[in-house]
Amino acid sequence: MAGNAEHAVDFAAGMLVAPTALADWLIIAPSILTIMGGASILMVRERAKLHGYMACTYLTLLVIIDLLLLRRVSLEGPITMTMGRWLPPFGISLTVDAFGALMATIAAIVALAVCVYSLVDITVAGRRFGFYPFLMLLMTGVTGSFLTGDIFNMYVWFEVMLISSFGLLILGGERIQIDGAMKYAILNLMATTLFLIATGFLYGAIGSLNMADIAVTLRKMPKGEAPMATIAALYFLAFAMKAAAFPVNFWLPASYHTPKIVVSAIFAGLLTKVGVYALIRTMVLLMPESRAMLSDIIAWVAALTMLLGALGALAQNDVRRLFGYLVIGGIGSVLVGVAVGTENAITGAILYAVNSILVMTALYLALGILMRMNGGKYNLAELGGGYKASSWLSILFLVLTFAACGLPPFSGFWPKFMLVEASLKENYGWLAMAVLVSGFITTVAMGRVWAHAFWRGGPIGTEDGKEAAPLYQLAGSVRARVFAPVSVLVLLITAIGVFPLPVVSIAQSGATTLINPDRYVEAVFGAARAQQEMRAKEHGSTEPGGDHGEQAEPAAHKEGTH
Amino acid sequence: MENMLSILVGIFFAVSVYLMMSRYTIRIILGIAVLGNAVNLLIFVCGRLMREVPPIIAPGASVPDGPTANPLPQALILTAIVISFSFLAFLLVLAYRAYQELGTDDTVQMRVAEPADEALPPVSY
Repeated sequence: MAGNAEHAVDFAAGMLVAPTALADWLIIAPSILTIMGGASILMVRERAKLHGYMACTYLTLLVIIDLLLLRRVSLEGPITMTMGRWLPPFGISLTVDAFGALMATIAAIVALAVCVYSLVDITVAGRRFGFYPFLMLLMTGVTGSFLTGDIFNMYVWFEVMLISSFGLLILGGERIQIDGAMKYAILNLMATTLFLIATGFLYGAIGSLNMADIAVTLRKMPKGEAPMATIAALYFLAFAMKAAAFPVNFWLPASYHTPKIVVSAIFAGLLTKVGVYALIRTMVLLMPESRAMLSDIIAWVAALTMLLGALGALAQNDVRRLFGYLVIGGIGSVLVGVAVGTENAITGAILYAVNSILVMTALYLALGILMRMNGGKYNLAELGGGYKASSWLSILFLVLTFAACGLPPFSGFWPKFMLVEASLKENYGWLAMAVLVSGFITTVAMGRVWAHAFWRGGPIGTEDGKEAAPLYQLAGSVRARVFAPVSVLVLLITAIGVFPLPVVSIAQSGATTLINPDRYVEAVFGAARAQQEMRAKEHGSTEPGGDHGEQAEPAAHKEGTH
Repeated sequence: MENMLSILVGIFFAVSVYLMMSRYTIRIILGIAVLGNAVNLLIFVCGRLMREVPPIIAPGASVPDGPTANPLPQALILTAIVISFSFLAFLLVLAYRAYQELGTDDTVQMRVAEPADEALPPVSY
């Protein structure tokens, strides 16, 4: 030990010596905030009234942090923070690029909207069962997955997200929820296990878990050195299952309509999109060669997912399940971008994911308002009279219908436009056709919902032009809390549709980083390399000192063994 | 040693897939338990198995002399074991509740969320 005191340990050999810049703490701040927030809500479990306001405060802070992070990333490019300051790739790096920051921001906005709506929707019993702690932990998992730069770390965030989603799904414990949760839990657990299997193989083949490191290694690796396409296929299967793509989508329509409408809303917005995010991350950033090999399969999966989503929506009487199929259709559109794989296609995929998060959450919330007015009816045949009850709601719903189908001038139009254009350029004419056909079928399905729920005077059986019994009117305080979140989301959807440039440019820089990850890699390894160079220079100038240090080490070792 | 364990991992995967294809929830859950162990063993084997050689770097050197077991996969498994154990506990409770509420452990008969005789949507406008 005495030896250590004389010859200070050379931390620079294994650690970043410079302290983390204060602004870089933004990367870890969302995780800290949401975990601490969830814990603090748990501490005041008995005072259920406080929970909602506390959660709304934390989520507002989360939105602000994510916006700051997004601003910093779009000004300076990807930023990184390595846990424990170990030199990457040995420490766990949290790395944020434009794609991750954009998704995290949108997710936080959606969560805040859901939280405000939940103030009236979640009863005291639901709060005591822990709705808000689960919501906060769900956001920990979702944001963590978006901000991490380490593939095993991402697996851990997935599990955090999964366990809190189980809690939210069975909140209340009704029969139908238990049934839905069985299928959701088992199939999602299988998907994350597949993710772990693929990660195990990847570590065995590459010897690294740091995404930037893997991206560099795989781009340099000669073909045929390791069975990368097999690993890529495993990742594709795992994330397709999480994202509910076509052959492995069955858990979604079986479970998403069973919980409370706010829970459905946040699930439809976020969970599948995290799967799609991870898919884009692994396929495009980590394994571009394997993606190119698998692109035809991905294209088929994308087309079938889109068509299944659209046709499934057409065949549903239960509007909540119909929306579940819309979620699946949206996943198909994102996969189109992954299949085509050019920069524009990836930009379109990112934009569509953003659109899908906003639209699906807002749709479920809007349906929730309608169900409050009509006494909890959700079957297409029983709906009606919505326009008379609330013309504002019918306008909001119509905007969401347009956005979900990809009609201008709302946020769904631009990504579909970009995807079709990119597919045509890469000779994927049939894929472009599938995008358009599925968009058309979705329009029919959603138009029917709007016509039934709002245009008709009452349920099936009401004569044309006549009005059935009017729906309930909401009390003033309730109305503000349920309409505000939906209106804000719709406003955002319209704003993105009319002024797409800011979001498109962020998505584009995200896509550029994914395809050409030089800046991403530089963000992870730049500081470490600069430090190593500095160290080498110092060692070069003080050669005897360096020798002395090396000689001293065995001496210290001997002392220790005495 | 690695070869033996690889074969064992293969057997574990086969058993778990067979169990998970069953209709009965308890078998599916047993399959998931075996699957979790199969994955853990798989990652364990990826990190080289060497009981006799401690992963200690000699003084003055920056890498160990010969091959040693990689401690990182073992740390990964530690995380994965905890996670899969807690999920298994949750699934067992969920399956028991499902048996109580739905009166069956046969997934084919679990049709509360997706009723077989669901009405078709109206064909009018």
